[in-house]
Amino acid sequence: MNSTIWNFPLAPDQASTYAGPHDALFYTITALTVLFTLIVFIAVIFLTVRYRRGTKVNRLDPVHEHLALELTWSIIPLILALGIFFWSTKNFIDVRTPPKDAMDIFVMGKQWMWHVQHPNGVRENNSLHVPVGRPVRLIMISQDVIHAFYIPEFRVQYMVVPGRYTYEWFQATKPGTYHLFCNMYCGTQHAEMGGTVTAMSERDYAQWLQNQGESVGQLSSVERGALEFDQMKCNNCHTDHDTERGPSLNGIAGTMRKMSNGSTVKADLVYLRESILRPWDRLTAGYGPAMPMYQGEISEEDVVSLIDYVASLGSAQLKPQMASDSRNLGTVSQKVRKEKQPRMAVGALGSEEEKSMGNPKPRALAVGSLADDGKGR
Amino acid sequence: MSKTLIQPREIPEQEELNYLNNGTSLKSWLLTGDHKRIAVLYLIGISFFFFIGSIAAGLIRLQLMRPTGVLLENDTYNKVFTAHGIVMIFFFLVPSIPAVFGNFFIPLMIGARDLAFPRLNLLSWYVYMLGGVMFLAAMLGGGVDTGWTFYVPLSSMYSNTNVSLAILAAFMAGMSSILTGVNFIATIHKMRAPGMTWGRLPLFVWAHYATSIIMVLGTPVVAITLVLVLFERTFKIGIFSPELGGDPVLFQHMFWFYSHPAVYIMVLPGMGVQSELIANFCRKKVFGYHFIAISSLAIAALGFLVWGHHMYVSSQSMYQSTVFSLLSFLVAIPSAIKIFNWSATIYKGDVRLQTPMYYALAFMGLFTIGGLTGLYLASIATDVHLTATYFVVAHFHYVMVGGALTAYLGAIHYWWPKMFGRLYSDSLGKVSALLVFVGFNLTFMPQFIVGWLGMPRRYSVYYLAPEFQAYHIMSTLGSTVLGIGLFMPLCYLTYSLFKGPRASANPWGAHGLEWLTSSPPVTENFKQIPIVTDEVYDFDYERDHREHAEEADSEEVE
Repeated sequence: MNSTIWNFPLAPDQASTYAGPHDALFYTITALTVLFTLIVFIAVIFLTVRYRRGTKVNRLDPVHEHLALELTWSIIPLILALGIFFWSTKNFIDVRTPPKDAMDIFVMGKQWMWHVQHPNGVRENNSLHVPVGRPVRLIMISQDVIHAFYIPEFRVQYMVVPGRYTYEWFQATKPGTYHLFCNMYCGTQHAEMGGTVTAMSERDYAQWLQNQGESVGQLSSVERGALEFDQMKCNNCHTDHDTERGPSLNGIAGTMRKMSNGSTVKADLVYLRESILRPWDRLTAGYGPAMPMYQGEISEEDVVSLIDYVASLGSAQLKPQMASDSRNLGTVSQKVRKEKQPRMAVGALGSEEEKSMGNPKPRALAVGSLADDGKGR
Repeated sequence: MSKTLIQPREIPEQEELNYLNNGTSLKSWLLTGDHKRIAVLYLIGISFFFFIGSIAAGLIRLQLMRPTGVLLENDTYNKVFTAHGIVMIFFFLVPSIPAVFGNFFIPLMIGARDLAFPRLNLLSWYVYMLGGVMFLAAMLGGGVDTGWTFYVPLSSMYSNTNVSLAILAAFMAGMSSILTGVNFIATIHKMRAPGMTWGRLPLFVWAHYATSIIMVLGTPVVAITLVLVLFERTFKIGIFSPELGGDPVLFQHMFWFYSHPAVYIMVLPGMGVQSELIANFCRKKVFGYHFIAISSLAIAALGFLVWGHHMYVSSQSMYQSTVFSLLSFLVAIPSAIKIFNWSATIYKGDVRLQTPMYYALAFMGLFTIGGLTGLYLASIATDVHLTATYFVVAHFHYVMVGGALTAYLGAIHYWWPKMFGRLYSDSLGKVSALLVFVGFNLTFMPQFIVGWLGMPRRYSVYYLAPEFQAYHIMSTLGSTVLGIGLFMPLCYLTYSLFKGPRASANPWGAHGLEWLTSSPPVTENFKQIPIVTDEVYDFDYERDHREHAEEADSEEVE
């Protein structure tokens, strides 16, 4: 035991593509900090010793104001600060802009554990397995208070907030086991709400997914959603065509919907979630407040599965604009967006991956629009 | 300057009537309108709460010696760090320098007989104490476990501790701070002695002017926010909690709109103290007087525009974060200007290395590090990794403790002879200053590293990452040294109250109206309101050397 106490690690492992750029900036700021600290310390100590009482030095004609000097020591730090600002902002925009081909994993935080659901339905608690070399985007939501999903070795964290989806992305570069911390104080067992992030080769990851699946007998997110849809008797009202009891959900994901108050809303991830939890807030034109509220009745995981299922209904009619909406993260990503083929998976689904696993499943809805960082909802 | 002649027949023990012995009944203290007595009441209250907050700090450091914790259960630890934060911020740092030294010395420094609203001043003390007692009741009645930040929905919907009472206590502290701010602004505008122009105001007064503006403009926002949390908690009115249709990030905006400027409420008065100490112990006018005065106002103004840098990972918009980052870098510049100007003041000074100057030098060192490490957190990309880790803890302790507390100690040592008419041991003072400086760095320097490694704050245990232990042990050892350094002044200052040698009116040979009156000052501050003809910090080495050099250390009554 004692031998392990006295080690003094000086830097966290670099295990993601972002760690390098982050650390370059970090060490640059460190160099500036050390430089300016030394300047002040040396100047103060030198002047204090030289001009301490009793020394025989020239104290005549002291200077009290000196505009040029003031401007010098205002403008030089200002220029350095602006340099750091631009560099840092560029890095930040990168770390907030997931690549288009990122694989989505759903994360739910609750007092006091993490719940992770992989595209094909594999779930794990207080741990996260990710493949090395593939960008991963975590779609996160909290069931109760605010948490934060923090992986120091990847240099990323983001708050996990109730009532809205947030995201963070990274690409692991090195197989290994890393820290997972909740880094937003969330009550009694905050310090114990953590675990490990395991980065593994693409092959090991596929293997792991498969094994987990066998042992749990898991359903894909869409299949789970279908089960819930059935169990909660959603199909009593929502059938394959609009009835007086409720509108059909076939093919609505991603389309523009007319509301009873005359407005038009896109049926994106956020809208679908709201419509399950608090349907009366936004009623479809022609319908009254007949559907029960499910807020507090079902977990955020179930909501995501339901949405995946709804999105899979009538997927043949999915409109191409869904794809573009799914990446509505702000101007930066819009510039690079040229993607033709609709990519919709929340979860997972990377449809290619599933096909390669010989297990084609209906596509799930893209979460992209949910992560509306630019809209400041 | 009036000369007091000692009458030959006067009995030496018999003191002249001053604000301390002018009425000794409890009632004469508790119903006083005298700003100096109210300052002493504040000093007692604030020292008490500082003691409570320090005990909580000690428990935190003890707990973290081992990855699995030493003493406290999770819940207890959470209550302890919450108490540490609330007590130290709302009941120590925010009122500390303004309510004690601002209260005592602003009227003296501008040549007034009292603050503009003496009864409001007394009320502010009662409101403060009421808030303090309410928080003690919340603590003793089971504690509060939300952290001083009261983040929703934890505070409004999930915590089943005494959140409501703690919120009311913080509300009271805020109210008291608003009253103090209003009083200072009115006093500085309307009660300056003849000849005390704005350009002759000591920088301590300038700093308090800027601070008061923040108090008056910022504090109501946090007060309203906390009341909204109370409403949501008590009446289930949905404002912040998504379950009730509210927005939890809105709370963070409203909270930090005050709580970031509150950092400047805590540190600007310290900068004011620093300017006084540097000028008077270097026997030289502060270099760039106008730049320092204006930079205080610039900090007060810019300080209101940077709150979003607490929220880079909160799900606020990416573009919003970018703007907040830019503004945060800009607010660093006025602080840098101050540090450079103080350093330049020493040039061609006649530096007296006495206890207050030791604290002033400690302030420069610690605040420089505190300010520069703020760059890591203003920069969004590095903040994404460092936010809410021990790096942040170390950073704000360098600013709050290294800056504000060191200045507070410097102020106590500088003005103690004036306030109580007694001298303390200068050598003990120097030892305590050195212990504080060394102990502080030992405590918080390791926290920068452990935070950079990824240690989250507010962890009662860290068995998930036991490799952080060595740094925590260093930090705990350092905090012991710091604790001794802080305990020493309590002993020798208390001792000096009874046994210390009498202080002359101006034992430091300092410049400023407060040194013209007797020590301790008479109740009406000045027998005659002074007419100011000197420039501020009007030291002239040649003249000073000829006339005052010998006088400075002597005990003669001016």
